Amino acid sequence: MRFVLRTPYWIFTGGLAIIFLFPLVWTAVSSVSPHAGTSQSSGWGFGNYATLSSYQAGIWRYLANSTFVSLTTVVLTLLISLLGGYAFARFSFPGKNLLFLTTLAILMVPYATLLIPLYVLLNQLGLQNSLFGVALVLTMFQLPFATFMMRISFEAIPREFDEAAMVDGCSTWTALWRVLLPAVKPGLITVGLFAFLAAWNDFMAPLILINDSNKLTLPLAVSNLRVQVQGVVDYGATEAGVVVLALPCLVLFLLLQRHYVRGFMSGAFKG
Amino acid sequence: MTLFVTTGRARRLTRTVSSSSRRRAVKGWLYAAPTTIFVVVLFLIPLILVVRMSVSRWPLLSGNQGFNAPDNYTKVIHNRFFADSIVFTLKYTVLATVLLIGLGLGLALLVQESSRWKNLLRASFLVPSALGLASASLLFYVLYSPLAGPLRGLGVSFLGTPNAALYSTTFLIVWRFAGFYMLLMLVGLQGIPGDVYEAARVDGASRWQTFRRITLPLLRPTLALTTILCVTGSLLAFEQFYILTKGGPDNSTITVVQLIYIVAFQGQNDLGVAAALSVIVLVALVLINILQLRAFRTDER
Repeated sequence: MRFVLRTPYWIFTGGLAIIFLFPLVWTAVSSVSPHAGTSQSSGWGFGNYATLSSYQAGIWRYLANSTFVSLTTVVLTLLISLLGGYAFARFSFPGKNLLFLTTLAILMVPYATLLIPLYVLLNQLGLQNSLFGVALVLTMFQLPFATFMMRISFEAIPREFDEAAMVDGCSTWTALWRVLLPAVKPGLITVGLFAFLAAWNDFMAPLILINDSNKLTLPLAVSNLRVQVQGVVDYGATEAGVVVLALPCLVLFLLLQRHYVRGFMSGAFKG
Repeated sequence: MTLFVTTGRARRLTRTVSSSSRRRAVKGWLYAAPTTIFVVVLFLIPLILVVRMSVSRWPLLSGNQGFNAPDNYTKVIHNRFFADSIVFTLKYTVLATVLLIGLGLGLALLVQESSRWKNLLRASFLVPSALGLASASLLFYVLYSPLAGPLRGLGVSFLGTPNAALYSTTFLIVWRFAGFYMLLMLVGLQGIPGDVYEAARVDGASRWQTFRRITLPLLRPTLALTTILCVTGSLLAFEQFYILTKGGPDNSTITVVQLIYIVAFQGQNDLGVAAALSVIVLVALVLINILQLRAFRTDER
């Protein structure tokens, strides 16, 4: 009886779940299913992926570009926020609060407002059209969240921890790497995950800062793919591109869901 | 009086303490140095530069041609898409915010308690959040396509008319972000102590009364945070319209940020005017956020 009464509930919630999952499943399935007007016109197979791999500079090139930008952003963000979080949590120095607030203020400024002058500035620094330049910019945009997250991660460790290490003769530097690093590892994983997802998926920074078609990142390349042949959109190859773009994000997300959720917990509680 | 008499030994002690605290301050600065460099070079200097660009003639290819204020600002206001893009951006912002905050809260209440089925539901609502906005837009570009989409048999044009394009894009955004807002709401709901609900139940409050009188007021900080996030994000919308509608049909879905991009890199190639528009957007955003913070605060009293 109870089950019968609950049936509308099951249908409603199940329907909701399907709405959220259907677009992803449909795209994955139709990227390998036959469809007229795509590279997979008959039978099931990876024709669309083959088209994708030979598009312009080739998917491998764009994958390599995206990987380079993402990994550089992750490494830089981790390093800078590790040191910065340590400084903000454990040291007092003049200008500390001003620097922290200025870092958080990056969140208040629209992306486009900064990208226009950054386009000019990177040209002057000799970083025009450079994937490294894009990684530097993306790292800067990660700093508010990353610095905040690392600061509260360090603050959560009792001070006795590093004081004990200091008594044993560690400098602040060795205490950081030997004693504190393992303790802030969960915070670093969260910061790294967010930096990767943001950099991998970023569209606007490379759109504005890169104009060499060999240096495009994957989202831009897949987006350009749509206007490949005289305005005729290759939907099949686009589906394949979306799958390639989404796959690493979904895998990371499912593996690190706990860390993803923690990122929000910290932000919502203290922010 | 004796307090101010310091012996030589005490003076020496203060000196070592202050010099060691100075040494610690220097170390603190060194650890914060990379952050400082990034914030100064890639945030503060660009911020100053954008203001300077906004009062200079600054074509995309030839660079700075000298002071010309307030030409860029008048050009922005006289741009034929300026007023339309503001109206459209505001319309989209209201629509997206109402839907996302409402749905985020609804989904959070739906999956609040933990059970196998609810954990599964929560995960499926969250999965789209892992996708990038550009990927999600590309995905829906195919989904909405009259040639390849799964709903092509219905004969509905998803992007053909201005309203259809607005609603279709909003649906994509709701699909992509509802789980994200659900998560923020869940965190807020967890912060409400269980004994408050217990007391309400003892007093015989109905479900609706509990929601109106307890959940909503206690969720206020979360609602403020999510609303500000959602309004800010929607006002700065770019990718979804750039990829899905390209501003069309008939330039009806151009957002303000898209206009910045168009002025800077498509056609006009005028970085000065784009910078002026960027400054206007920045000031407007700061004002809107101050207003929102005020509104949420005065309501509290």
